[in-house]
Amino acid sequence: MDLRLTAQEEAFRAEVRAFLRDHLPDRLARKVRAGESLSKAEMEEWHAILNARGWLAAGWPREWGGPGWSAVERYIFEEECARAHAPRVVPFGVSMLGPVLIAFGTEAQKRHWLPRILNGQDWWCQGYSEPGAGSDLASLRTRAVREDGHYLVNGQKTWTTLAQHANMMFALVRTRFEGKPQEGISFLLIDMTSPGVERRPIRTIDGGQEINEVFLTDVRVPVENRVGEENQGWTIAKYLLGHERTNIAGMGFVIAAFEELRALMGRMRRDGRPLIAHPRFAARLAAIECELEALKITNLRMLSGHGGQSLAVPAMLKIRATVLRQQIDSLARQALGPAAAPFPGEGPRDNLALVPPEAARAAAIYFNNRKLSIFGGSNEIQRNIVAQDMLGRL
Amino acid sequence: MDFTPTEDRRLLAETLDRFLADRYPFQHRLAVAYREPWHDPAAWGALCGLGILSALVPEARGGFGGQGFDIATVFESLGRALCPEPVLPALMALRALMPTGRALDDVLDGSRQVALALFEGDGGIGFGQIATRAERRGGGWVLSGRKAVIYGGHVAAELLVAARHDDTLGLFSVSAGDARRLAYGMIDGGGAAEILLEATPAELMIADAEAVLGDALEAGALALCAEAVGAMDRAIEMTTEYLRTRRQFGRPIGSFQALQHRLVDLAIEREQARSITIAAAAALGTEGQSRAVSMAKALVGGAARRIAEEAIQMHGGIGMTWEAAIGHYAKRLVMLDHQLGDADAHLDRLAAAYCGG
Repeated sequence: MDLRLTAQEEAFRAEVRAFLRDHLPDRLARKVRAGESLSKAEMEEWHAILNARGWLAAGWPREWGGPGWSAVERYIFEEECARAHAPRVVPFGVSMLGPVLIAFGTEAQKRHWLPRILNGQDWWCQGYSEPGAGSDLASLRTRAVREDGHYLVNGQKTWTTLAQHANMMFALVRTRFEGKPQEGISFLLIDMTSPGVERRPIRTIDGGQEINEVFLTDVRVPVENRVGEENQGWTIAKYLLGHERTNIAGMGFVIAAFEELRALMGRMRRDGRPLIAHPRFAARLAAIECELEALKITNLRMLSGHGGQSLAVPAMLKIRATVLRQQIDSLARQALGPAAAPFPGEGPRDNLALVPPEAARAAAIYFNNRKLSIFGGSNEIQRNIVAQDMLGRL
Repeated sequence: MDFTPTEDRRLLAETLDRFLADRYPFQHRLAVAYREPWHDPAAWGALCGLGILSALVPEARGGFGGQGFDIATVFESLGRALCPEPVLPALMALRALMPTGRALDDVLDGSRQVALALFEGDGGIGFGQIATRAERRGGGWVLSGRKAVIYGGHVAAELLVAARHDDTLGLFSVSAGDARRLAYGMIDGGGAAEILLEATPAELMIADAEAVLGDALEAGALALCAEAVGAMDRAIEMTTEYLRTRRQFGRPIGSFQALQHRLVDLAIEREQARSITIAAAAALGTEGQSRAVSMAKALVGGAARRIAEEAIQMHGGIGMTWEAAIGHYAKRLVMLDHQLGDADAHLDRLAAAYCGG
């Protein structure tokens, strides 16, 4: 048992820091720190910077253009990126479809799609949820009927994050209509520029626009765009959810948010004293920090395989990390007091004397991040997974 | 970074677990933990014979361990077995004696029991409330004051007493026979004592002992965290098994989601408690020791109480009975928080540090 980083790992951390210092554009870091949304061009700019260094697809093996990092190196990279306020890598291509193709794709699919993820030719979105299939994902009804070398796809997807930027969507579709619902699902790669694809934005609770509805009407998808066997899509979906959950836990970002909160509490004053000098606030911050310190170790234990390989492990991590991030966001919102209320962009500019500009969106971020315990399999679904692991089938 | 226990510690845990399973089955624990002398003297001797105390002390002082992970290994096993032997007082006394030149052999082999008499009933962890006074008399010292809930004080032959002389907190040795001692059992098993000192003769061990006492307190708090993790493991195992086998409405109660989700929350609390205890064990003996131990004790205190309360609740009426093991685990898990600073006391210490306090 030894929690110290090896000399090699320390050197790696220094290398990442130097890279971020030299290559992360200030204007991007400032926006990320303030919780402002980035434009498509800005996200692509950051992807290109990482890709030029070979660091875009942190979890991919070397063979397919990943850096071949260990779990600890990936963690260090993520933590340093978050501390530097680097934009989060858009996960759909790099962290979600990439690993799926590497595990389940044909040689031709890997050779065609993987490089396009790295060089930014394709922007992927995820077509999973439907209006009638949320937590009960296997009940999805978007149907794909096979006709002379194509699937004809009809249905509706929803909560599709950043679909407004995407030219491609990986989707779960129903290809068999009898038997167990899980055994009639296939995994398709759908060209969003095909005739019959329509997107409609959904405005979120904080006023933002990141999610969409996607309507699919007689969309033709070539059979070679199916990943895995027909009706084996559920296996892929489960594999991907394991990946997605550890990704959602986003420990580096939780750490960065905590450090911002601590700085904010040193700056915001109440009754003439900084908030951090108020025992009640300081004790709340300390309780959060204890959970965070523990979660760092929990995360590393799980990444290094101490905690078993079952889906229960990332599920537990997802639950605690998302709730902790929400607690941090809630305390940041509280810290602003009455100054948290002005709708982002609408507050008087001279309030910035009271509220540091990087904290002005605290309430919006708090509301936006209520999503964390809902998406990627709600925390209740995660509890079902862990419970089954602990109790077995009853 | 490496989360694999060393081979030595793995063997230590295995040996200790086997010993405790053999010598400390639950019925035996129940028979000794609540009756004077509130432990099993024969088992104590055998435990020390295994070298359990030597594992808590570095080689330079006659042991074979003494690092944070050695302490954590021993106490996690003790926690799993709910063992009421006075190992915690021995650990704290050894930490206090380590910087003195004194040979530790008779303590390490269990023949001389020593307890650290630190606090006086105030729940805080600062030493400012310690009022016991030391005065010079003749060529030596006498102590006056009252020490409250001294773990292991009921069996100790020697008491290491924290007392003020002038403006300094010193550490003194008192022969237990010279002090008035009110021994009692505790609600979660095991024994303790009140120590009354009325011009009791004493020998000065360490003139300025604040740092040493702080270290003993923190090593003890780490041990309690590890003990809690071991007890949490067993409490969750028992609760899981109960949910699997207890039937109501024609089905196992573990098939009800209302209980499933609560069980999962306990497992998450336990993983967090284990992680923060690992962090504290790693920090022992480094400059981050105080902070890491306070973080661990603060987190573990809350997690242990929640696991205890939920374990009783999910066992229903059975959880309320004396004969069911779960209730005794629950009591230990709750009462651990009362020892060596509760979650609030340690949170306060962390919070004060934010402002350089």
